Amino acid sequence: MNAFSDLLEQLYFTGSTNTKAAILKHYIATTPDPDRGWAIAAIAGTLRFDFFKRNTVKKLMLERVDEALFAMSYDYVGEMSETVAHLWPEPATAQSAALPSLSEVVETFRSAKRNEVSGHLQRYLDMMTAAQRWALIKLGTRGLRIGMSARSVKQVLAEYGDKDIQEIEALWHAMMPPYTTLLAYLEGRADKPDISDSVTFHPVMLAHPIDDRVLDNWQPADWQVEHKFDGIRVQLVVTAKGKALFSRTGDDISHAFPDLTDSVDRHMVVDGELLVIHGDKQGMPQVDTFNALQQRLNKKKPAPSLIKSLPAGMIVYDAMSLDGQSLTELPLSQRRTRLEKWFSSVALPRLYLSRTLQADSTAALRQLHEHASQDLAVEGLMIKRKAGQYIPGRPKGEWYKWKRDPLYVDAVVMYAQRGHGNRSSYYSDFTFGAWQGDTLLPIGKAYSGFTDEELKKLDNWVRRHAIGRFGPVREVEKALVVEVAFDAVHPSKRHKSGVALRFPRIHRIRWDKPAAEADTLDIVKSLIERAE
Amino acid sequence: MHPRQWMTVHQKGLYCAPADCYIDPMEKVDTAIITHGHADHARPGHKRVIASAPTLDIMRTRYGNDMARQTIALASGHVKALGDAGDPVYLSLVPAGHILGSCQAVLSYRDQRLVISGDYKRRPDPTCPPFEVTPCDVFITEATFGLPVFKHPPIEREIAKLLNSLAVFPHRCHLVGTYALGKCQRVLLALREAGYTKPVYLHGALLRLCSLYQRYGIELGELVAVSDVDDKSTLAGEIVLAPPSALADRWSRSLPEVRTVMASGWMQIRARARQRKAELPLIISDHCDWPELISTLRDVSPQEVWVTHGREDALVYQARTMGFKAQALSLIGYENEDESG
Repeated sequence: MNAFSDLLEQLYFTGSTNTKAAILKHYIATTPDPDRGWAIAAIAGTLRFDFFKRNTVKKLMLERVDEALFAMSYDYVGEMSETVAHLWPEPATAQSAALPSLSEVVETFRSAKRNEVSGHLQRYLDMMTAAQRWALIKLGTRGLRIGMSARSVKQVLAEYGDKDIQEIEALWHAMMPPYTTLLAYLEGRADKPDISDSVTFHPVMLAHPIDDRVLDNWQPADWQVEHKFDGIRVQLVVTAKGKALFSRTGDDISHAFPDLTDSVDRHMVVDGELLVIHGDKQGMPQVDTFNALQQRLNKKKPAPSLIKSLPAGMIVYDAMSLDGQSLTELPLSQRRTRLEKWFSSVALPRLYLSRTLQADSTAALRQLHEHASQDLAVEGLMIKRKAGQYIPGRPKGEWYKWKRDPLYVDAVVMYAQRGHGNRSSYYSDFTFGAWQGDTLLPIGKAYSGFTDEELKKLDNWVRRHAIGRFGPVREVEKALVVEVAFDAVHPSKRHKSGVALRFPRIHRIRWDKPAAEADTLDIVKSLIERAE
Repeated sequence: MHPRQWMTVHQKGLYCAPADCYIDPMEKVDTAIITHGHADHARPGHKRVIASAPTLDIMRTRYGNDMARQTIALASGHVKALGDAGDPVYLSLVPAGHILGSCQAVLSYRDQRLVISGDYKRRPDPTCPPFEVTPCDVFITEATFGLPVFKHPPIEREIAKLLNSLAVFPHRCHLVGTYALGKCQRVLLALREAGYTKPVYLHGALLRLCSLYQRYGIELGELVAVSDVDDKSTLAGEIVLAPPSALADRWSRSLPEVRTVMASGWMQIRARARQRKAELPLIISDHCDWPELISTLRDVSPQEVWVTHGREDALVYQARTMGFKAQALSLIGYENEDESG
């Protein structure tokens, strides 16, 4: 645990990606199994279980510190693990007992009965320094963020074993922490692990935002055009060994969508968009809004009534394998032909084939883009090069997303809250409102879109214009106007204003604009799109 | 008469009406009592400034000899009458232990006494006499680190981290961000006490205040201006001190393989250290940590506690829990993070 805590400290405070990689490689080379494998899992975010719940940590803490002081500290620090790491009282007598190893800690919590967890945690926290406490809580609640992505961990492993990163990517999701077989292979002590037929996530191909250069040189015959649906990207995997639905980051979300997974049995790895779909009308899927999908996403185990009222479906736009045959090395045009043929030959009640759209010129494409916004479930276009193979990652020149143009309103900042992580202790989360008569009604919340420099100015402004406090939330003078950009407005019964903005972000800070001149709620409501 | 009737918060700062003077005002005023030389407390352009002699010297060093029309140096233990001679306010300055020259302002009017702590700490600091506990009716305390998460480690431990890093990375230039006034000199002294005898290299912005400290008889060892070093590659493995703003500045690019170190009480919070891009954060503070703030309230044991700049809410809450009458004074404008912490 000592070495692991040191590793995290070093990684946390190192800025350069190369140095981080060197530090991790050195750790892997000098640390025994299974400790190093658990560390890899912790950093890459592949630990499968929480050691303890955040609430267990909080409860133990509140037995040791005044609740109000805890709340104020947490508000300031902006992060639970660090708050507890600092607030935890140092043991009165020096602890001489040696710290357990990382794998001992993992095993202890893995084998602990529910009523033993709190005791173990307390014992460990008592014998640790603040930095070690931080590492333990981060590890145990799987909240480790030390500025190193899963991708860079895989890169380090590839370099460590002198392998191509694609090979690591292909193996990765079939490997389990603490990765002893993978490390044995990388060190030349074992054969390459066999992963055929395992039900694992296959890294997906991602799109770049469109740019004018691509549009200017656009040749209609070379590109496949589809709607970009406003759902979430998923991958459906069915093999002889089982089936699973994965999110785009490889999280297994099958349990939340049994209606979808129960509806398929042919072997496949298909790529598509998860949506709420109310059957079809003349072959056209009746897609519900993102709001509807959100209600399903929030439920780990949906009730039958929810499944019935908001049935999950998938619009499939690509296939990595069909009936056990890998298609990734075929060009998109051929994958598409296979997919169409396959769809016409099998009954898949919850799967729908993504329609391709026709545009025979750039002008026609632009028109498609404009019209794409008329459908509530669509957020733009996808434009894919027909000759391209299926390449995991974000290859250049292959796939483009062309989102609908954002909408804008001028709104007044009403409340501010401190941020987390990098923005800890800065006021960086803003609630803003629109006028109804001479009252402001909150219409949304944004915490992005400004530069670090602007963040400092906003933070300063909040401190100087705070007029009230509700827990961690500061009410501010209604004097600052921000131009808010967002993708869409939906009617909402949950908000007093009656509207909900999709993906709002601060576009510009209007230091110059008087609050009275900000937009009215009626203007915001006029931007709501009418479903056809 | 209760101090709330003669000490009030104005736009320009804390104002004492019967003495017609401000304490650490944010704007130019006729008469200012200055507790210490940090730029957020000591501003130039007042007509008359009352402060300790070192504080006046710091202000002159920073702002020039014409930083005020009239200066009055008040020695520790001396009392000065202000306002109406028939109904005066008595002022004295007592050590605050924050930086060279730092004082608490003690104001007595009629039957009541009020103490303004200014910024202060309770740890030993060889550059200034220790904080003196003064019994009073109202104690105005700062709250820069007024949250229980703030527990400052001993400075020796932090300096050991720096020296250890020098041993592990002997080829890297250790660039340490220190505030120009107070922190810089304290870090130098702690290095010397830890047995570090090599020259320490300074950014130009730190030179004049270090000379001032030396004139006050504080031995800082051999100091060399970075601008006097012709071949910057010789600074590999050396310690360079610079103001925090220079850490990420173009200035530091001429130094060989920089390891960025930052010395400040804020460094205890990880995100703060990362915001500074510090690879090695040193928790060295010239303010009280939470346990010291609490023990100070106990030691001073006033009738009433007023809390100014920093995390007021938590300290007010704590003071009330301890049985004091307490309130927050909303003084805006202090806590310039490039200056102190």
